Parts: sequence; C-alpha cells; structure tokens
Amino acid sequence: MASGILVVINQEGGRVRRVGFEMLSLAQKLAPGQVTALTFGDGAEQSKDSLGQYGADQVVFLSGSAYHHYSSDGFADAVVKVVEGVDPESLFFPATAWGKDLAPRVAGLLGAGLASDCTEVYRRDDGRLGAVRPIYAGKAFARVAIDSPRQVYSIRPNIQPVAETQRAAAVLAIDPGLDASQFQARVVAVKESQGEQLELTEADIIVSGGRGVKAPENFKVLEDLASALGAAMGSSRPVADEGWVPHSYHIGQTGKVVSPTVYFAVGISGAIQHLAGISGSKYIVAINSDPDAPIFKAANYGIVGDLFKVVPALAEEVRHIKQDA
Amino acid sequence: MKILVLVKQVPDTATKIRLNPGDTAIQTDGIKWVINPYDEFAIEECLRLKEKAGGEVVVLSLGPSRVEEAIRQALAMGADRAIHVMTDAVIDSQVAARALAKVAQEEGYDLIVTGKQAVDDDQAQVGALVAVELGLPQVTVVIELNVDVESRRIRAERELEGASEIVELPMPAVITAQRGLNEPRYPTLPNIMKAKKKEVKSVPLDSLGVDTTPWVRVEELTLPPERPAAKILTGEPEEAAKELARLLHEEAKVI
Ligand SMILES: Cc1cc2nc3c(=O)[nH]c(=O)nc-3n(C[C@H](O)[C@H](O)[C@H](O)COP(=O)(O)OP(=O)(O)OC[C@H]3O[C@@H](n4cnc5c(N)ncnc54)[C@H](O)[C@@H]3O)c2cc1C
Ligand SMILES: Nc1ncnc2c1ncn2[C@@H]1O[C@H](COP(=O)(O)O)[C@@H](O)[C@H]1O
Repeated sequence: MASGILVVINQEGGRVRRVGFEMLSLAQKLAPGQVTALTFGDGAEQSKDSLGQYGADQVVFLSGSAYHHYSSDGFADAVVKVVEGVDPESLFFPATAWGKDLAPRVAGLLGAGLASDCTEVYRRDDGRLGAVRPIYAGKAFARVAIDSPRQVYSIRPNIQPVAETQRAAAVLAIDPGLDASQFQARVVAVKESQGEQLELTEADIIVSGGRGVKAPENFKVLEDLASALGAAMGSSRPVADEGWVPHSYHIGQTGKVVSPTVYFAVGISGAIQHLAGISGSKYIVAINSDPDAPIFKAANYGIVGDLFKVVPALAEEVRHIKQDA
Repeated sequence: MKILVLVKQVPDTATKIRLNPGDTAIQTDGIKWVINPYDEFAIEECLRLKEKAGGEVVVLSLGPSRVEEAIRQALAMGADRAIHVMTDAVIDSQVAARALAKVAQEEGYDLIVTGKQAVDDDQAQVGALVAVELGLPQVTVVIELNVDVESRRIRAERELEGASEIVELPMPAVITAQRGLNEPRYPTLPNIMKAKKKEVKSVPLDSLGVDTTPWVRVEELTLPPERPAAKILTGEPEEAAKELARLLHEEAKVI
C-alpha cells in the first residue's frame, strides 16, 4: 500500500532553499510513513546531510547530466518513475516558480489531485491528508480534501517551521532510465536579475513603498530602513508599473503574495488588491500621512505622519536597538 | 498559425469576499465579473502573434452562461471566434483541463496560451494539465515570447525568484502568460460592435465525454482572522518613530 511522502526539492550545488527543509519537517510531522527527498542536478549528493538533518529518511539523487538543466517535461517524467519506485501516499513540491511549474505536470501524469500553495497540511480523522490553501490571494482560505488515491500538494514557503531531526538519510538508487535527448522544453540560460535583493516570498521582514514615496530616487529612504532591518524591498503595483522599482517588487493580488513576520507599508493606501497579497503577514506596520487611509484598518501598528520624516527616524532607532542588542 | 487562448471569467479583483456560514463557495450576488487579469496578457500575446504570422485566434472558455460576457470582451480585443464549454457544475482544475484539452484536440492548434494563474482559486494548474492531456511541452510564467514560425521553435523567458530563465521548446506547446509579457490593448468601439457578430459555439460540458468528477473538493471556506485594532501613533515624527521601534522590539519582539 502506498505510504509516506515524497518531497521533491530543487538544489543548486548542494544548496537547498529553506522551503525544502520546511517541507521535510512538515512531512516528518505527518508520519507514519517514510519521508523520501528527491532532488535533481549537479551536486545533488552534497545536500544529503542537510536533507537528513531536516527529516528525510531516504534520499533519491538524480544528478546525472540529463538533470543538470531543468526541463519541465523531462523532470516530470523522472518524478513519475521515482513515484513508481517509492510508492508514496503523497507528494510535496515547493510553491516556487520551479515547483509550481513541475507539480501540475506531475499531478497530471499521475492522475492525482493537486492542491497548490498550501499553508497547512494536516492528518485528518479518516487518516488521509487534508490541506488549507489561500484563495483570492488570501482574501479567504479553503480547507480542501483530495479524493484521488495519490495526492499532490505544493507548499507555500515561509509558513512551516523547520525542525532538526539529525537522522542520517539512506540513499536510494533509482534510475528513471530517461533519454535526455527526448526532453522537449529545456532551460538554456538563467539570468540573475536582482543581485543582492532578498527574495520577497521568503523574506522575514519587508519594507514596501507606494505612490506616497513620490519619485523613484526617494526609494533610497526606504532602502536605508530596509538595510537597518535586514529586510527585503517591495512595492505597490502602480510604482512598479511606473518603473520606479523592478516588476519583481510588486506585491498584491496580481503580484507576489507574501507572508513575512513584519510588513512595513510606507506611503501605500491599502487598496483591496494590495491587502490581499499581505494578509499572511504576522504584523503589518503602516506609515501614512492620511489618518483615514484604509491601510490603518489592516495594520497592527501605525504612524500617521510624513514618511520622509518618519522613516529616517525609524531607521536610526532600529540601528540603536540593534547596536544595544 | 492557429492559436487557442484559454480565458476564465473571475470576480473583479476589487471584490470583497463574503461567505455564508457552511458554504463551500463564495457569495456571488452583486459581483462584477471580468476576464482573469493574466488571461488578458495571454489574449494580447496571441493577437500579436497573429498580426505577425497570420492565422486565427480562438477563445476557449469554460463556465456558466455569464462567461459569455468575458468571451465577447476577448473577441472585442480581436480574437476571431470562441468556443464556450457550458456548465454550472462545481469542478476542479483537472476537470477543466480535461474538458478544455478535449475541445482543443477536436479544434486543432499550433499553440495554446493561458494565464499563469486564475485569481479566484489561485491554483495555477490548468495550463500544465492541458499540456499533459495533449502530450505537449510547456513553459509557464512567461514574460517574453519569441515564436519562430519557420522552424516551429519557441524561445521564452520565464520568471523565477529574483531571476529568470530562457527555455527553448518545439511547437505545438502550452504557454502561460505572466504580467510584464505585454501591455493588453483596450477594445475599440468598432471592435466591440464587430465582436457581437463573431461566432461563439456553445458546447455542453456533458457532451464531451470526459470524467467530470472533481478530485480536489472544498470542504470549508473561512475568512482570514481579524487583526486586533491597530496601535496608531501620531505626533512628532521622531517621538512616534521611537515609540514604534520600542513596540516592535519589546511588545511584538520582532526586531
Ligand atoms: C485589476 C487590478 C489589479 C490590481 N492589483 C494590484 C496589486 O496586485 N497590488 C497593488 O498594490 N495594487 C493593485 N492594484 C491597484 C490598486 O487598486 C491601487 O490602485 C494601488 O494599490 C494603490 O497604490 P498606492 O497605495 O501605492 O497608491 P495610492 O493609492 O495613491 O496611495 C498613496 C498613499 O501614500 C500616502 N502618502 C502620500 N504622501 C505621503 C507622505 N509624504 N508620507 C506618508 N504617506 C504619504 C497617501 O496618503 C496615500 O494613502 C490593482 C488594480 C486593478 C484594477
Ligand atoms: N474555466 C476555465 N475556462 C477557460 N480557461 C481556464 C479555465 N480555468 C482556467 N483556465 C485557464 O488556465 C489558467 C490558469 O488557471 P488556474 O489553473 O485555474 O489557476 C487561466 O489563466 C486560464 O487561462
């Protein structure tokens, strides 16, 4: 009988994104059943210790040259072969650009239902897994059940806690026996676009600016606060549309959906589409000169005032606190 | 070149979500329905491809009768004709994909374009599922698309976290459109008039012979928990900033 969870993870040169460990910890918590980690690419073996540390009972490495460059159809076919070997009850994928591309393809091939971007996966009273996922970008939450024999979940980053288990994962050798020349869609190049910028969906603190910042060069004021806090930068949609900041900053229903511990909304009015994308934040801090701005209704803390005076003062206070700590 | 574009009708993004206790679907009375924002990028890209390479753009949409409004709008943007898979049933992504793929198969295609995600259920699945149903390669979350009609090769840029990647693949294929791919056009008045006369073929879901049992079933909907009333600070900026920093440090313990 199918049992256990297959956690499908991407890695680069042995480095696994934190969401990989979050998924393993979650899978381990949902025992009984073996937790198997599957990872691809050059250097995959180097992730063995860290995968075991966070909850993998066994690991499958597809590190041959066929898997050095991502192919949605090739990798999906390979995952299906591993599923045949491991026979898991469920599969986890990260709800990242990589996982969201691969998970539905695998689900389709397996004839398994997929719940995307889950914030919760739990064991139900009937022994099966169930999940909670945001819909309407977080304006509501759906508790879902998947009725197919095997189930696929993609897991939103930055929600699940990680727990170290210190196990030594066994290596399971599975060769999907695929011929890479049959892979159709192939990645031929990767362009790094942001350099040092922290990824918004994984950020613990976000400083986000809106039209209240008034001009592209004024984002320096926010950058200074972000650097004092060790935060990532984000924005409302109009300022990204204007080209004041890169498109990748855009947060909201039609941009990124974020779930940091603290979200600073600076010069952002709090339109419903923006609020949708930040509702998963633990704390929302609003800085706005208009006391009636809707953002204050969504916030935990707020300052009514001119951002050009408040933000530099706040950056200074944060530096004081960090110095004393 | 024959291009199919998948268009879903969704509640306007300004919609405030309301629930009746016990319901597994949102209250829909008074909702303004629109084309899924990402599908507008998909439609625009198809129109541009047609303008370059010639051929036809066919809209495929699945949903109840109200969906015709979204279809007419897509036609007003410039699509040639449409197929409306009609159903009032509660379905999931797999059912939608099976049905849309069946229609696509009967229709024939060189390229299928969808939005990267429908902003109601946020599943981001249908494009890839249609690709699997039809045995096609895919590239999702596309921000730049180059189609070489001669060699039938596609080169696309797709968005990653803090990076992007270039994917090459053969035609036919499924492409899912992300914001940034293009700037969708507004329908002009003459085109709105023309759209009224364009063909919209209605096909009942049940006539397609696909399994319509959903696998992913919503058991309960809830609204996000209310945040406690905010602590709002006013007064001198320096004082307010100092107090905020103290609250974040000592009360919330987050900095
Ligand atoms: C289909 C659709 C999808 C959308 N999707 C998104 C989305 O995903 N994300 C998104 O953000 N928006 C989205 N929008 C846009 C959204 O409706 C709002 O227009 C937008 O969020 C407003 O951006 P803003 O808050 O930066 O600007 P504004 O609403 O103009 O607010 C600026 C704020 O700055 C304040 N301010 C001005 N000067 C100062 C100062 N010196 N100090 C302090 N405060 C100051 C003002 O009081 C005001 O509250 C979408 C719209 C549509 C139609
Ligand atoms: N009912 C539908 N009718 C037509 N197209 C759809 C439908 N559902 C999803 N799609 C297409 O698939 C994309 C992704 O949707 P989803 O997987 O539901 O997030 C959408 O942007 C549409 O292009």
